[in-house]
Amino acid sequence: MDRFFHSVTLDSSKCMGCTNCIKRCPTEAIRVREGKACIISERCIDCGECIRVCPHHAKRAQYDHLEVLDRFRYKIALPAPTLYGQFNHLDDIDIVLTGLKQLGFDMVFEVSRAAELVSEATRRMMKEGALKKPVISSACPAVVRLIRVRFPDLCDHVLPLASPMECAARLAKEEAARLTGLPREEIGAFFLTPCPAKVTDVRVPLDFESSQVDGAIAISEIFPKLTEKMEHLQQVEPLQGSGVIGVSWASSGGESAALLNDKYLAADGVENVIRVLEELEDERIRELDFIELNACAGGCVGGVLCVENAYVAKARLQRLRRYLPVSRNHLPGDVPQGMRWEKSLEFAPVLKLSDDMEEALQMMSDIDRICGEFPGLDCGSCGAPSCRALAEDVVRGEARKSDCIFVLREEIRSMANVLESIGGFIPGEKGRGKETT
Amino acid sequence: MSTLTLRYQVPGDDFTRAGEASSDVKRKLKQLGYNPDAIRKVAIAMYEGEINMVIHAGGGEAVVDIDPKQVRIALIDQGPGIPDVEKAMQEGWSTAPDNVRNLGFGAGMGLPNMKKYTDELRIETKVGEGTSLYMTVNA
Repeated sequence: MDRFFHSVTLDSSKCMGCTNCIKRCPTEAIRVREGKACIISERCIDCGECIRVCPHHAKRAQYDHLEVLDRFRYKIALPAPTLYGQFNHLDDIDIVLTGLKQLGFDMVFEVSRAAELVSEATRRMMKEGALKKPVISSACPAVVRLIRVRFPDLCDHVLPLASPMECAARLAKEEAARLTGLPREEIGAFFLTPCPAKVTDVRVPLDFESSQVDGAIAISEIFPKLTEKMEHLQQVEPLQGSGVIGVSWASSGGESAALLNDKYLAADGVENVIRVLEELEDERIRELDFIELNACAGGCVGGVLCVENAYVAKARLQRLRRYLPVSRNHLPGDVPQGMRWEKSLEFAPVLKLSDDMEEALQMMSDIDRICGEFPGLDCGSCGAPSCRALAEDVVRGEARKSDCIFVLREEIRSMANVLESIGGFIPGEKGRGKETT
Repeated sequence: MSTLTLRYQVPGDDFTRAGEASSDVKRKLKQLGYNPDAIRKVAIAMYEGEINMVIHAGGGEAVVDIDPKQVRIALIDQGPGIPDVEKAMQEGWSTAPDNVRNLGFGAGMGLPNMKKYTDELRIETKVGEGTSLYMTVNA
């Protein structure tokens, strides 16, 4: 398992070294060095903001391609409910699911089915008082990673349940093994993902030793091929098996509405998410039981690997779910062990200045001093997102003060003064330059 | 032992900016690698104090000293002072005006929370002259 894998990567041939991505990164994980952006791996949470803002398409998401299916004898598609919102004039989810089978999948297991089980498990665990309130949703992997690097105190508020994607993979593989009698290693499960954070979560999960998902394929990659299949279906199979609750998980507010109580909030968009986490950390949000957070505006429908506008997709999903039963998946008994996290979420202090507090204090006071020498414009021309971030980089030994063009200009000006005073005075020559004695 | 001193002017005329000093202190403590429990205590206690300064005293000055062992917070204002400190320390006692209560402030938990979340709290106050609050949180 590659610990440093990130779905979000840079195509340096397209990077112009502009400042769009560095300014938008919520963990200040990007710097422009020698004219190209570079990502500080341990800080990146794979939220995809940089992909969204890069005007040159130099930031991109790595994901699996359809060829990955060939590695397995029996192939399962795990469509995120977000997928259903991508199609114009769709009135039946089964058309999408049948289309997926035509694309080469042997089985389709909707992630929304597993989402209904996660909702039920959450309701139950909250009722039993087994969770630290307010409980923070763990469905968005970018949010979980954000909490892990920036909010140490909130790690134990994160819902310790597998995501709907992970649950779906586990359930689908069990079902497939039972149906076919094939050994587990010949069954592959593939998530159709709206975002790069999920791709990373499949490769490097934080909650389980390893994911049961064998690949994550971008919705944007599968979309054109799937649309073509959907247009030429001979018959539509009745495959759909989730209700309003499961389908609603695709947009912000869906997961919390499924808790059937009104002591929740749902925030979306990474800047809003950070604001809520800050307030939670300071215990300023006391009256709520559940906090749903999605790094993308609109929720999963806002993921950078979707093809449709988030709000259009959301509107379509509202129509698609209209005549569905409330929920069609229920836990048979207690919350099964396989749904619970194997590992607890550990704080990763990647923004820490030093392991030695004395040294950290010294560095902090150096940062404050150096930051005062910069103009405070946060222009980004130095390659760091703000003057303060440059001061930090200088103190960490990763940048120079003169990376600031204003500091550099000052230095050039004083150098020019020196040059002028030297050049302006030629011994023995009268009437030229100033006497500099 | 090195000490880092941070100074903030807490503006009294703009309620919407209250809480910015404590949030900056919190960010810096995280970067210093301070123990998360202590950070939370500092953030809450200082936030409450900062809000109080804005609501009751028209702002003031905050001075925060950080060393590896503890965080010391001084909140100094030239406001009206606290006539009855004992009463002010009671949970639920508040003299906050209605306009801030509508925002959820003024629940009478300010000073009680400052006491609860700090290892030491000292109040020097004189009616008509102002209040100085000294809080210590151990790492």
